[in-house]
Amino acid sequence: MAAVANMPVSDLLKSFKLKTKQQELLIRVSILCLVYILAFITRLFSVLRYESMIHEFDPYFNYRTTLYLTQNGFYDFWNWFDYESWYPLGRIVGGTLYPGLMVTAALIYRILHFLRFAVHIREVCVLTAPFFASNTTLVAYFFGKEIWDTGAGLVAAILIAVCPGYISRSVAGSYDNEGVAIFALLFTFYLFVKAVNTGSLAWSLASAFGYFYMVSAWGGYVFIINLIPLYVLVLLITGRYSMRLYVAYNCMYVLGMLLAMQIRFVGFQHVQSGEHMAAMGVFFLMQVFYFLDWVKHMLSDTKLFQAFLRITVTCAVTVGTIALGLGMLSGYISPWTGRFYSLLDPTYAKDHIPIIASVSEHQPTAWSSFMFDFHILLFLFPAGLYFCFKRLSDATIFIVMYGLTSMYFAGVMVRLILVATPAVCLISAIAVSATVKNLTVLLRSKNKGVQTGSTKGSGSSKASSKALLDQSQPFQKNGAIALLFGAFYLLSKYATHCTWVTSEAYSSPSIVLAARGAHGSRVIFDDYREAYFWLRQNTPPDAKVMSWWDYGYQITAMGNRTVIVDNNTWNNTHIATVGRAMSSYEDEAIEIMRSLDVDYVLVVFGGVTGYSSDDINKFLWMVRIGGGVFPVIKEPDYLVNGEYRVDKGAAPKMLNCLMYKLCYYRFGEMLTEYGKPPGYDRARGVEIGNKDIKLEHLEEAFTTSNWIVRIYKVKPPNNRW
Amino acid sequence: MEAPIRATEFLRFTLLSLLFFVCRSSPSHDLLISNAERRIDLTSHIVKVYLTLKVENAGSTPTSEILLAFPPTQVDHLATVEALVTKGKRKKTTLARLDVKPTELPDAPNGTKYFTIYLANPLNSGESTTLEVLYLFTHSLEPFPAEIGQSESQLVYYRDSALILSPYHIKQQTTFLKTPSTKVESFTSMEPTNRAGTEMKYGPYEDRPPYSFSPILIHFENNSPFPVVEELVREVEISHWGNLQVTEHYTLVHGGARHKGVFSRVDYQSRPNLNGVSSLRYLLARLPPRVHSVYYRDEIGNISSSHLRTDSRKSELEIEPRYPLFGGWKATFVIGYGLPLQDFLFESSDDRRYLNFTFGCPLLDTVVDKLTVKVVLPEGSKDPSAVVPFTVEQHLETKYSYLDVVGRTVVVMEKKNLVPVHNSPFQVYYTFKPIFMLAEPLMLASAFFLFFVASVAYLHIDLSIRK
Repeated sequence: MAAVANMPVSDLLKSFKLKTKQQELLIRVSILCLVYILAFITRLFSVLRYESMIHEFDPYFNYRTTLYLTQNGFYDFWNWFDYESWYPLGRIVGGTLYPGLMVTAALIYRILHFLRFAVHIREVCVLTAPFFASNTTLVAYFFGKEIWDTGAGLVAAILIAVCPGYISRSVAGSYDNEGVAIFALLFTFYLFVKAVNTGSLAWSLASAFGYFYMVSAWGGYVFIINLIPLYVLVLLITGRYSMRLYVAYNCMYVLGMLLAMQIRFVGFQHVQSGEHMAAMGVFFLMQVFYFLDWVKHMLSDTKLFQAFLRITVTCAVTVGTIALGLGMLSGYISPWTGRFYSLLDPTYAKDHIPIIASVSEHQPTAWSSFMFDFHILLFLFPAGLYFCFKRLSDATIFIVMYGLTSMYFAGVMVRLILVATPAVCLISAIAVSATVKNLTVLLRSKNKGVQTGSTKGSGSSKASSKALLDQSQPFQKNGAIALLFGAFYLLSKYATHCTWVTSEAYSSPSIVLAARGAHGSRVIFDDYREAYFWLRQNTPPDAKVMSWWDYGYQITAMGNRTVIVDNNTWNNTHIATVGRAMSSYEDEAIEIMRSLDVDYVLVVFGGVTGYSSDDINKFLWMVRIGGGVFPVIKEPDYLVNGEYRVDKGAAPKMLNCLMYKLCYYRFGEMLTEYGKPPGYDRARGVEIGNKDIKLEHLEEAFTTSNWIVRIYKVKPPNNRW
Repeated sequence: MEAPIRATEFLRFTLLSLLFFVCRSSPSHDLLISNAERRIDLTSHIVKVYLTLKVENAGSTPTSEILLAFPPTQVDHLATVEALVTKGKRKKTTLARLDVKPTELPDAPNGTKYFTIYLANPLNSGESTTLEVLYLFTHSLEPFPAEIGQSESQLVYYRDSALILSPYHIKQQTTFLKTPSTKVESFTSMEPTNRAGTEMKYGPYEDRPPYSFSPILIHFENNSPFPVVEELVREVEISHWGNLQVTEHYTLVHGGARHKGVFSRVDYQSRPNLNGVSSLRYLLARLPPRVHSVYYRDEIGNISSSHLRTDSRKSELEIEPRYPLFGGWKATFVIGYGLPLQDFLFESSDDRRYLNFTFGCPLLDTVVDKLTVKVVLPEGSKDPSAVVPFTVEQHLETKYSYLDVVGRTVVVMEKKNLVPVHNSPFQVYYTFKPIFMLAEPLMLASAFFLFFVASVAYLHIDLSIRK
């Protein structure tokens, strides 16, 4: 046994009498299996730290709809009109969501139950994202193999398995569209590149289906439908037009478009919306190109062809422009949406759409978060680009374009780092793989030289091999070893960084807050669920709850009560109405609340615990969004010399608006910190300015044990006599 | 305004029953009760009545049946009746349990309901015996006012009769009532009535004829929370691999005076003695010893506020609901735990196996309106039969769990209106062949084997058409 253990791995493999090819296969498959498992388990920090639960905001809606889908079946889900949100408007859920995620989870659930695994749908939802992350590593392997070689594929799989940029959206419990969409995105790209490389109709058909899955899963499909035409255009310009490209693009575009139309939320946008027009333009361009190619083939006279070319191009451009102009003018083709503009122009949202700008994940990315999410990949990325340019092919052009465009978008919006991650991982993998390969080739060739020298044993040959060594570059071998060690050092740093980031930053469910107690013990604030469960159990089933839109999905999913606005921010006016109610005086607010049939008002308040992302800190956005629709609300009224404060020096309107009153009601009697006056707000570090708050039309219905969630009941109107 | 109306109803009822008594002949009027003492414990929300009867056979024929009478309003809330008889001489008295069964009599006045106590030895003419009867009422304290604010204390009505309702003549009787505190708002007086501290004494009353009834109404403070489990489903799953998994689904409600108006956390936190005194802050569940992997959660996830204390005799699980329960507030939750199988599963003499487990609710001092106990037997077990010390509704179900093919047989037992007295052991007998234990591991092993065979085949077979 000891002898076996001491044997090097290669000997061990030889003792099994495996051929080199089989050895290679065995190592490759076992590495892939390990990476597959690693990608899954590294995302389980949150389950082990907390519990198997759904995280954050949007995943709660997805969970609720998945529950509905598994209980009522697909047709009911498709035709579901949800009365519990956007009261009194409601929401056509089936027509306003991307059903890919829910259908996937429900399908997994059905399969597991068919195989008699009696799991709860929640467990399926919690583990969907890690499962798809594992699948993404496989896709990354095949993609890497397609664009470079097997080694790059393996490195890409390893890099993407632990890359924080991807983990941030795919930890267990983060049951969001992105979880499956990144898989679908990379899979579509892989299939398309494969189709371009082979010119096979089967692969392009597969990529059309991949695209269909992507469309059904996430609004980010717009990136695909713009990137692929751009890529085709670049290939056309660089003179890399081929029959393979023609087959791949046409099949993928036509079938993908038809399939995408089956998703109700997307509908006819592929032919009607400005964002999808580039793909159509390139499609027609391809036909013109093909036609010209054919004519060129038929005509032997180049002069005649030049003339023909000029006429055709002019005609085509004119027809295209006229069609586009007519479409735009008649309104058949809708102009670009605000979200699209804000991607192209980062300052657009701030000026025009406060509701988009108010979301923290829509902010432009800081350098530190690039470093945080990519770590060494940030340096490997340019190196990888260098290698790609060195060995230019259709596939490497694609990955370069994908990398560059997605990096631009990642710079515009924090959340789009996610889209860039696969590209960054792939390109970095090329850099790592190519470098390591070059270095090992260098090492191995020298080793062979030395080995042959030593085995032959004759003095002269030894001398000659030494001379050979000296003839090439001095210290080359040592340098190669040092570089290899450096690379491994960097990669191991990357691995530790990723694990650290995952465990510290990305594994918090944000429903349950954890803090360190005085004695180093873990204190858990479970106030959100306390409040939502109270709503669920102790309010009338048809009660309407008004809160800021952030908590809408959670209230409907966990509290099972009707909300006025939620995280699906489709109606800006409705949200502005709530913002207006929150920022008005109580007398004015009660009119708005009565008109919306509000029974309960829910606010989130962190003054006792020092929880800083509460409603008081979000309040200026409510004012801005409310003021954007109702000019009665003016932001300067709530500021003092452009400063936002809640203490004695605060603006009088601020001290008496509904949000302030609801958050600080009877807070003035509360001692929060030793040695501080009563009513000391720990989240903002000031003593509040209005301690004597009287409520006229509302009454405190429930406050959680750490005061994080406060619920007020709207009193019925007084009798008139 | 509701209470006075009820009181008049009671009065009318009394008059009618007295009328009935006059024109009717009792079936066993040859029995008489020479002395009756009744102690009613009103300290918790389960009303406990201890009745000591000295029964004398004044007739000529021996009898072994003694009737207990209850007004129909009380019978609905009656959870259990137990009767014991004292045996032996002065110092060596032992208590023997007697059979008690509900009985229908054709000419019961005003819908009076009866329970018959069956004596072990017939009572001969001229002999007398002493019976100890214990019965419990649930939902018998009516909060008044029905809605209270956070800082108010909970006042309740208790209705009963000063005289013991009985088909027999009672020579002498006394009733003692124990209230939880000295704060008694009002009580019906019926001379002689005394009140001292937390105890009230009605009587002694001499020579009352059968079916005497005299309603009394006591209005007193009872600040203990009224934990009522509206529905409890206990699922006990037997795995012959050594584990007994228990899952309990609770729907808990505070059955006291409904909460009205504001809930102020400031007051509740800073003055806990004055505010929300009747609120339900925590519950104690007594679980069997050697319990493991305990969890406490609800529909939306784990509830972190629970503590488990274990020793060799018992395990105590202290659970706090997510929020303090005020009157009328609800909470649903699930408690689950595993137990070592050898503590509960035994082999009977006829080569069958039986599970010996506790019926009832592990939460202390709670009323359960409806309890369903489901015993999930392992797949492949046959001929299940349940032995329960009291009457329950039974039926069988089938459940599919992990890797089940034919499903597991589930013995379902249902019972309404339970009190902690019902926490007594029950048995479920079944036959099971140990070979069935290997079915699921073999299935898994063969599935993996097939998978590997398929992989090997895929790697070795060239399926391409082109050569």
